[in-house]
Amino acid sequence: MILQGENVLKQYHHNGGLINALNNVSFKVNKGDFVTVTGPSGSGKSTLLLSIFGLIRLTSGTIIFDGKRIDNISDRKLTDVRKKSVGYILQSFALVPYLTTIQNVMIPLALEKIPKKEQYKRAAAILDYVGLSDRMEHLPRELSAGQQQRVAIARSIVHRPQIIMADEPTGNLDPSLSLEILDFLKKINRDNKITIMMVTHSPVAAEYGTLKLHLNEGKIVESSKVKLYSPELLNN
Amino acid sequence: MTISKLVLIELWKRKSQLITGLLAITLGISVIVAIQSISVVSEQNVARNLDNLGANILVLPQAASIDDYYTSDIDAPTLPMDYVERILTSTIAGVDNMSPKLTRRVKVGDQSVVLTGIQPKSEIASKPLWQSSGLTGAEIKAACAPTQSDNKSHGLEDEKLKRKAIDTLNYNDCLAGSQVAKRLKLNVNGQIKIMNKEFRVVKILPETGTVDDDRIFANLKDVQTLLGIENQVSAIEIMGCCNAISDGLLGKLRNILPDTRVTTIGQIVSTQIETNQLMKKVTLVMLIIIFFVGGISIGNYIWANVNERKREIGILRMMGAERGTIYEMFLLKSLILGIVGGALGYVFGTLAGVILGPYLAGIVVKPLYLYLLWSILLSVAISLTGSLIPTYLAAKFDPHSNLQED
Repeated sequence: MILQGENVLKQYHHNGGLINALNNVSFKVNKGDFVTVTGPSGSGKSTLLLSIFGLIRLTSGTIIFDGKRIDNISDRKLTDVRKKSVGYILQSFALVPYLTTIQNVMIPLALEKIPKKEQYKRAAAILDYVGLSDRMEHLPRELSAGQQQRVAIARSIVHRPQIIMADEPTGNLDPSLSLEILDFLKKINRDNKITIMMVTHSPVAAEYGTLKLHLNEGKIVESSKVKLYSPELLNN
Repeated sequence: MTISKLVLIELWKRKSQLITGLLAITLGISVIVAIQSISVVSEQNVARNLDNLGANILVLPQAASIDDYYTSDIDAPTLPMDYVERILTSTIAGVDNMSPKLTRRVKVGDQSVVLTGIQPKSEIASKPLWQSSGLTGAEIKAACAPTQSDNKSHGLEDEKLKRKAIDTLNYNDCLAGSQVAKRLKLNVNGQIKIMNKEFRVVKILPETGTVDDDRIFANLKDVQTLLGIENQVSAIEIMGCCNAISDGLLGKLRNILPDTRVTTIGQIVSTQIETNQLMKKVTLVMLIIIFFVGGISIGNYIWANVNERKREIGILRMMGAERGTIYEMFLLKSLILGIVGGALGYVFGTLAGVILGPYLAGIVVKPLYLYLLWSILLSVAISLTGSLIPTYLAAKFDPHSNLQED
């Protein structure tokens, strides 16, 4: 198991009252899982995704990542966990507008203070992997939406994270581009054994999950695990 | 990719904002450098001219008046010769030369003349007009501003270093002022009898237009013995460095010579002091204004930049950038702004000084290279101070809320 949440609670103060954005949520994610989190707007999907690695601080509950508790560690240590082990993909791509494609991809490596030559080598290889080796010196505004999201995906995996947290990664894309990106995420998941946790509105995207969590009013109301059959079993 | 490269790329991609951010600090530094370039050279010119006039501080016995100094009556008060040693052994800076002298009105035949005992080396050093008559000797050391390394960088020649003091004025030799020589019909190598003692006239001094023209100068020791006033002097004339006088040299002398009157000779010194102090005050006021205006301007620019880049800050924090990295990003940016603003301010200010100096102050202003360093340091200090609060707030931003900004 790579990630586990126990009685995760996130409360907000609103108009003098308390709102439970996450209401004692518990989940378990195995290494290599492709987790999809679905639910209506305001159900707590994004809050769950962002709170796991401390972008939103929990009110209470326990988060265990890679065998270590991370809900009660300092901001500095949580930042370090994000830097080394987590890749983020957001709906709006979140690229730095004045940096070229390859410079954007090199950011996580720069934060880890990896030597410049190594940064360039790894970023170029990843851009080749996502099919953007001919767009390395382009600025984000010179790329299509699908290309921008592929840059964001490249940036999320360049530092070889253990898990990718994707918040509506296809939300800004048309259906054909969405499928392209989802297929690509699946490829990353299978090829690199990187765990993916993806929040989505789309039922089509949700079908990509091997573990499907459905949230409503801050609670997991449905959880289903897709059984993966090995080729040997299928042949039998 | 490094954080510093990211900062440089961001600066380069937003050049128009960079120019706006630099404007206030560059103008501010320019104004200070221009004022300082003109005033420093002006002060140095006046100080040099003043130093060339000779002694500018007078130490008199407590009971003596300036009239006593000039009339040199027979009963005029005196002060101990030891006071010269006291000044010499003190740590007071800015005393370039001291001329102790004993002056008395005496009769030569039926004529009344003023006999002044002097220490030749120090006396001639303080009398530039005498030096033009060829009274030169060993080099004297000057402690005044133009000898200091920082002022040498201004390109100012130290006139005093070129002055030479006469080595000796032998016992029984004397120098005669131009008027007294005419009155007593004295010639070089001629003899004059003062109080039954024969003196040889070794030099007729050039006309100076001062009381010196009516005086006969002999060796101080000789005069003290002749007048029977051993180890006493009427006055100590001091060549004080003009800048040191501005910095309170008179007060320091009064502290170590409490039972004396220490005064400056001539209005010019006090005028110069007032001018120097006024220029310092003007510069200080400008400095305070520029510190606030420049700091607020840079702070405002950085704050606008922080707000514009909230989302970027959120992205970086999400990817694992520590708060320190955000500090590094914005403080490095303001450091670069400070360095560039300071350097540009120095260039524009120096150009303004060089161009305007001859028109405004009638002086030729040369670049003060040391001010490049000061300009950059000041500009960096202003820039960093102005950026501290916006940077602190940027580092404290909640990454999650910034990610939602669009």
